[in-house]
Amino acid sequence: MHLTLEFGGGLELLLENSTKVHKVEVTTPKDGQGKVTMKFLLSWVKENLIKERPEMFLKADSVRPGVLVLINDCDWELCGGLDAELEEKDVVVFISTLHGG
Amino acid sequence: MDSSATDGARLPPPRAGSRLCVRCGERKAALKRPKTLEQICRECFYIIFEDEIHQTIVQNSLFKAGERVAIGASGGKDSTVLAYVLSELNRQHNYGLDLFLLSVDEGITGYRDDSLETVKRNEIQYGLPLKIVSYKDLYGWTMDDIVKAIGLKNNCTFCGVFRRQALDRGAALLKADKIVTGHNADDIAETVLLNILRGDIARLSRCTFITTGEDGPIPRCKPFKYTYEKEIVMYAYFKKLDYFSTECIYSPNAYRGFAREFIKDLERMRPRAILDIIKSGENFRISTTTRMPEQGTCERCGYISSQKLCKACVLLDGLNRGLPKLGIGSTKAGARADSDGKQRTKRSERNTSSLQGKHGNFDF
Ligand SMILES: [Zn+2]
Ligand SMILES: [Zn+2]
Ligand SMILES: [Zn+2]
Repeated sequence: MHLTLEFGGGLELLLENSTKVHKVEVTTPKDGQGKVTMKFLLSWVKENLIKERPEMFLKADSVRPGVLVLINDCDWELCGGLDAELEEKDVVVFISTLHGG
Repeated sequence: MDSSATDGARLPPPRAGSRLCVRCGERKAALKRPKTLEQICRECFYIIFEDEIHQTIVQNSLFKAGERVAIGASGGKDSTVLAYVLSELNRQHNYGLDLFLLSVDEGITGYRDDSLETVKRNEIQYGLPLKIVSYKDLYGWTMDDIVKAIGLKNNCTFCGVFRRQALDRGAALLKADKIVTGHNADDIAETVLLNILRGDIARLSRCTFITTGEDGPIPRCKPFKYTYEKEIVMYAYFKKLDYFSTECIYSPNAYRGFAREFIKDLERMRPRAILDIIKSGENFRISTTTRMPEQGTCERCGYISSQKLCKACVLLDGLNRGLPKLGIGSTKAGARADSDGKQRTKRSERNTSSLQGKHGNFDF
């Protein structure tokens, strides 16, 4: 599945070369009927993109409180949060609110 | 249909943007408001967000027509959104204000350089005149120099004292009647909590005031007092506002970090917690027996001070005489940073100075 992932508000600093936009191909998980949920995506991001200080991005199995998530420019709290199912070509944006006022 | 979705353990989660805005009922909802849990569309969000700030300004009579207002601009999200919204509201509602951007250049290579570039772009984007005051010009020392001299341990004492004074001096140069800062509801809740943890009753009640320093040279106010950080960042994101987001490299304030984390955890469970904490802070009223120190002026630089020399001048003295620890130990802020043993010997000193700490680490 092709997804566009965007990191902002300082989260980009945790990634290689501080790149903000990542066009990625996520292999669909074998379990869970091959659906890519946000929960799956978060662990995928941790494994494949985060280079340092993952605790700035994740806490337990979700994003760290204070990190905003938008799926196709819609607050993920309206889309099912961790259970939200992603589709081909979705754009997921992560923004930290925790850096500098 | 919507009510079943709230307990929707069985239902597949709704696709992004499949719900309608509860305000207009026409457009797709784009976010859930932390304050009210309403699902609203982008357009309604802009209107509500701006209108709430307008109401805060009007209800608290923050400004008078004709005033010159300096916006403390760091290039970060809060002050960037504040500059944008304030200039919009000033136009829409004819506040009649002269708005300025006021930035402090602490002299932190790689941090402040970049954020000042952001402020310089904001100057053009929003058409607001920009004034930059630097530590180097005001004090003869950059933060980089100070850290070289004293190490990383107490540098935030300097940063806090110097920044507060620098903003006042910059505002005076602009002949400003007021300074506005981007402190938001999350920041204030965090500060309430910190002041409780420290037992700092004087600051506890003061930190929730929307306007402070009315007895000083230039009052400061916080139009975002009731504005959630989530909404500020969402607003900046949807409006594609240009802001800078890297932490100050010299501010590893772990204690404050924990308080922030705690507030964010609470918010996730119950978003109203932030407003409730502010409310509790407001409800603590300082008793009349706790008298605030008398205000005088610093003999050397003329800045408001309850002592012969203001805090900045004491700190500068230390720096210039090669004794950078001078002036740090005698304030609460500095005493905290000292080791336990040292603190105990300073207890009596601390008690007398605790209420005089108007040059705190934080801009409250
Ligand atoms: Zn609407
Ligand atoms: Zn600092
Ligand atoms: Zn002075």
